[in-house]
Amino acid sequence: MAISVNLITGRTIQQGVSMEAGKEKPAYTTACGIIELDPVDFKRLGAYRNTHVRVTSDYGSVVVKAVEATQGPHPGVAYIPMGPWANMVVNPNTYSTGMPTFKGTPVQVEVAKNEPVLGSLELVRKGCRGELA
Amino acid sequence: MAEFLIKNGFVFDPVLGIKGDKADIAIKDGKIVETTALSSPKIIDASGKTVMAGGVDVHAHVAGPKVNIGRNFRPEDKLFTYKPGHGIERMQGGFSVPTTLRTGYNYARMGYTTVMEAAMPPLYARHTHEEMRDTPILDQGAYPVFGNNWFVLEYLKNHEIENTAAYIAWLLRATKGYAVKVVNPGGTEAWGWGLNCDNVHDPVPYFDITPAQIVKGLIEANEYLGLPHSMHVHANNLGNPGNYTTTLDTFKLSEGIKPNSKFGRDQVMHHTHVQFHSYGGDSWANVESRAKDIMAYVNSHDNLTIDMGQVTLDETTTMTADGPFEHHLTELNHLKWANADVELETGSGVVPYVYSPNIKVCAIQWCIGLELALLAKDPMRVFMTTDHPNAGPFIRYPRIMKWLMSEEARKQQFDAFKHKDKVIEATNLAGIDRELDLYEIAQMTRAGPAKSLGLSHMYGGLAPGLEGDVAVFDFNPNEPYAPDAIETAFSNAECLFKAGVQVIDDHEIVSNGNKRTLWVNTKVNENPQVMRDVKEKFLRYYTVTLNNYEVSGHYLPNPYVIEVDATQ
Amino acid sequence: MTKTVTDVICPFCGTLCDDLEVVVSDDNKQLLEVYNACAIGAEKFLHSQAKDRITRPRMRQEDGSWKEISYDEAIEYTAKMLADAKKPLMYGWSSTNCEAQSVGSEIGEAVGAVMDNTATVCHGTSLIAVQDIGIPSCTLGEVKNRADRILFWGCNPAHAHPRHMSRYSIFPRGFFTGKGHASRKVIVVDPRPTDTASIADVHLQIEQGRDYELLDALRVAFKGEKLPDVVAGIPKAKIYEVAETLKSGRFAIIFFGMGVTQSIGKNHNIDAAIAVTRDLNEYTKAAIMPMRGHYNVTGSGQVWGWLFGFPYAVDLSRGFARYNPGETTSNDLLRRDEVDAVFVLGSDPGAHFPFSSVKKIYDLPSVAIDPHETPTTEVCKVHVPVAFVGVEIGGCAYRMDNVPIETRKVVDAPEGMMTDEEFLTHVLARVKELKGV
Repeated sequence: MAISVNLITGRTIQQGVSMEAGKEKPAYTTACGIIELDPVDFKRLGAYRNTHVRVTSDYGSVVVKAVEATQGPHPGVAYIPMGPWANMVVNPNTYSTGMPTFKGTPVQVEVAKNEPVLGSLELVRKGCRGELA
Repeated sequence: MAEFLIKNGFVFDPVLGIKGDKADIAIKDGKIVETTALSSPKIIDASGKTVMAGGVDVHAHVAGPKVNIGRNFRPEDKLFTYKPGHGIERMQGGFSVPTTLRTGYNYARMGYTTVMEAAMPPLYARHTHEEMRDTPILDQGAYPVFGNNWFVLEYLKNHEIENTAAYIAWLLRATKGYAVKVVNPGGTEAWGWGLNCDNVHDPVPYFDITPAQIVKGLIEANEYLGLPHSMHVHANNLGNPGNYTTTLDTFKLSEGIKPNSKFGRDQVMHHTHVQFHSYGGDSWANVESRAKDIMAYVNSHDNLTIDMGQVTLDETTTMTADGPFEHHLTELNHLKWANADVELETGSGVVPYVYSPNIKVCAIQWCIGLELALLAKDPMRVFMTTDHPNAGPFIRYPRIMKWLMSEEARKQQFDAFKHKDKVIEATNLAGIDRELDLYEIAQMTRAGPAKSLGLSHMYGGLAPGLEGDVAVFDFNPNEPYAPDAIETAFSNAECLFKAGVQVIDDHEIVSNGNKRTLWVNTKVNENPQVMRDVKEKFLRYYTVTLNNYEVSGHYLPNPYVIEVDATQ
Repeated sequence: MTKTVTDVICPFCGTLCDDLEVVVSDDNKQLLEVYNACAIGAEKFLHSQAKDRITRPRMRQEDGSWKEISYDEAIEYTAKMLADAKKPLMYGWSSTNCEAQSVGSEIGEAVGAVMDNTATVCHGTSLIAVQDIGIPSCTLGEVKNRADRILFWGCNPAHAHPRHMSRYSIFPRGFFTGKGHASRKVIVVDPRPTDTASIADVHLQIEQGRDYELLDALRVAFKGEKLPDVVAGIPKAKIYEVAETLKSGRFAIIFFGMGVTQSIGKNHNIDAAIAVTRDLNEYTKAAIMPMRGHYNVTGSGQVWGWLFGFPYAVDLSRGFARYNPGETTSNDLLRRDEVDAVFVLGSDPGAHFPFSSVKKIYDLPSVAIDPHETPTTEVCKVHVPVAFVGVEIGGCAYRMDNVPIETRKVVDAPEGMMTDEEFLTHVLARVKELKGV
């Protein structure tokens, strides 16, 4: 069953460190290919911690690993560190300001146990070639 | 290098004392030379035209952090003013705060070759130098600000002139600065707490020193070092009705101090944009000109020079290290306000302003600036500026020439004021019939500022040995002309030579010149106390390390260093 | 043997720490240790030493594989791509020095490019707000020496600017703030109880996207006027309390970040935040500062400011500079198919633009100049690796408070690698030949 949450993105120290260590490395995926959910929302979702989930918005869809909020509680709000995974689903509309709406995108989260979390390069490459599910 | 002979022009040169007589000017190897020194020069026929040395601007805000705030926060200043690249000119835009490229080109078009940036926050010296590097043609220098600097406040509280001087020498070297600038002494430090110093005896919070002590101490330190320029001050209480008394009090701080400089200047204080400091009355309702009182003092005191700060009646962008003033201004006109306080050193503010001929106060300000120049007994001590862009953009200098040279032009402007009668009543200008001639203009825009800066050995005249900075204007002073012809001709030089390079040919910019950055390297006796204080302040209070503070050479690709030895 | 280089500037974030110490080998070939840096900064220095670093340009082949090419070939491809394009986008410019930005600007002028920097997805909306209402600000040393009220709004320096709090804002002992943390009250406004919030005296857990309301409520509270019981999820008593805390300080500073610039309302949120600061100046001294991200995004805004008069989103395609965020901004241009080539330097839009924009880059002729392998290099046709600015080459950078600092070279780049500035200088020369200027 899918749950609806309000998605925001932003920096984390792990995102920063792994980005500087190389976005092609697995550590970057570990740091950013995740969604931080509040325990309350985990309960609603009916999923264990560290389960792969599919996050879908009006603008796209991506598979990431669901982890418990590190800076919570924030029920109803979900957090994907800034990076290619978040950018698959954020609201790209700028409403004539130049700035995409990176924060505050309504998304659906559903369990996707058997789907893989792609690395950053593979994710954008496949996305560009239309090879993503 | 090329040789040039500018033949048969009407020459105006206070250095040689030529007042419009026909003369030939020769340029060789970057300098003015005797005509006999030339072998096969390119001949410039200047017959029927005006020939002057390159203009020297003693005070303009053309490069650095607050100037760039003005550019970046006013996209509207670029509306309708953008020009695509053309020939060797790159694209350029902006009216009151032009891009650096336009600054260089537009000064050149007016026949100016030297422009001093009037306020450089030391911590932002790199930024100022980066912008000056990208300003073509002009020779430039920048004045670091000292009047709210914690070192200065602490030394001068105890009247430690030698330490102050050693610190000045160190900071000029670290920032590659040219002169000692003082802006609202003590007041900008007070602004760190949202306060101000309203007069020369108003103590600075915490530091327990008065503006008078700061100004006097800095004059003494400046003369102790014997710097090329004098202490250059923007006094307290700028822009307020009744402030002329503060200005006179500030002037008086220079009394009894003799210049000690090998650079040929006679003054120990330059007071800038005096128009903003010459107001009587006690409110905006009854504000009036006190230019007479101010000029009575200036005329009778040789150790003082001033510049005008002429209001040009334009929409412009005000910017100053006088942080509290800009806050005051935004409260007055409710336009956008930028403020930038700088740790241990200074502050600044930026606010757009519209000097409208329909507003009485603006018209009074316009009168006061012109009165200062027209009441001047010695044009070698009163210089033309707009405090660019504060009272108006520098591109209006030729228009100010018109107003100064033509009573008819002034009458036309009076007639365009909405509150003409009230303006006349509050000012003296309508009763002044003096019309300056081009010789006096050359004193106010060339020889005078060059001398005041201690640069009369380089700029401001056409005597052999001086830099080959020469402008030719399509203007015949011996034939009848309409006032507007002055503005047209002096906005658009026909030829310009900068250090012997032809920069403008037939009104077209043909070279980016050989821009230099002037700075003053002062040798002082070793002063361990000051060096210890510097180390400690950087360790404890600055947010950059001492080793990352000094501006390195690569920011000044073409430096011109003026050496001063103060070890005696 | 090794030697230690002191006063090194960290080329990661807008905090631009300049007190790092780096240990390098005597021959300047190897970087061994980094002291004083945060985890991210240290990683940035150390990553320059990666054994698998790409050191030569490469071009994408038909089959999707990479082929190594020479710098000359890369220069030729880049110059031709830019010269042939009607309206190329030249994006990035935030992780490089001002010297390179300056050369890049000249290329942009020669080819009629749109010049945009990472502010477009970061503090671009702040720049718009500043153009509306101004910005009372100060240097970080003023905060250190004077500020006794620190407000972080929609920013999380514990994660994004890790040394900000210790160097400038919360902990340092300054001239008038001798007790450090104890002399300050810290307020955090964030929809999450962030690690920054955990250090604060007050955390307002605002409903996401309701910043404008809460900022406006503060302005009401300053004046002692009536508020609804709850605004943006915050009870009114709390709002009055925070308003009073701010007013009663001697020097208040607001730092703000992506929480306000990227949430709905965008530049209007910043308008309100600046208005709050203006209002506070009626009662005490107050300043506000954007927490700029890349270490030299501020510098590119400065360079373009003095060259063109605009801090970002500068469209030079008509032969003169135009600025119209929403039209001349990267994501709008890409999504509306208004550019026909993409040049990226000193940024990674492949990772940090919405995917719909990334896809457009993939579809266009494109070049990425970047020391790293990134999602951007992955979607571009040519990748030109370059020396790390601030590690292998120095140059000017502007801190988040616009203070310029000259970064240092601490170690040699791998043999034969070009710097940003060198590569751009070659491209400029070739562009001028192609354009006949």
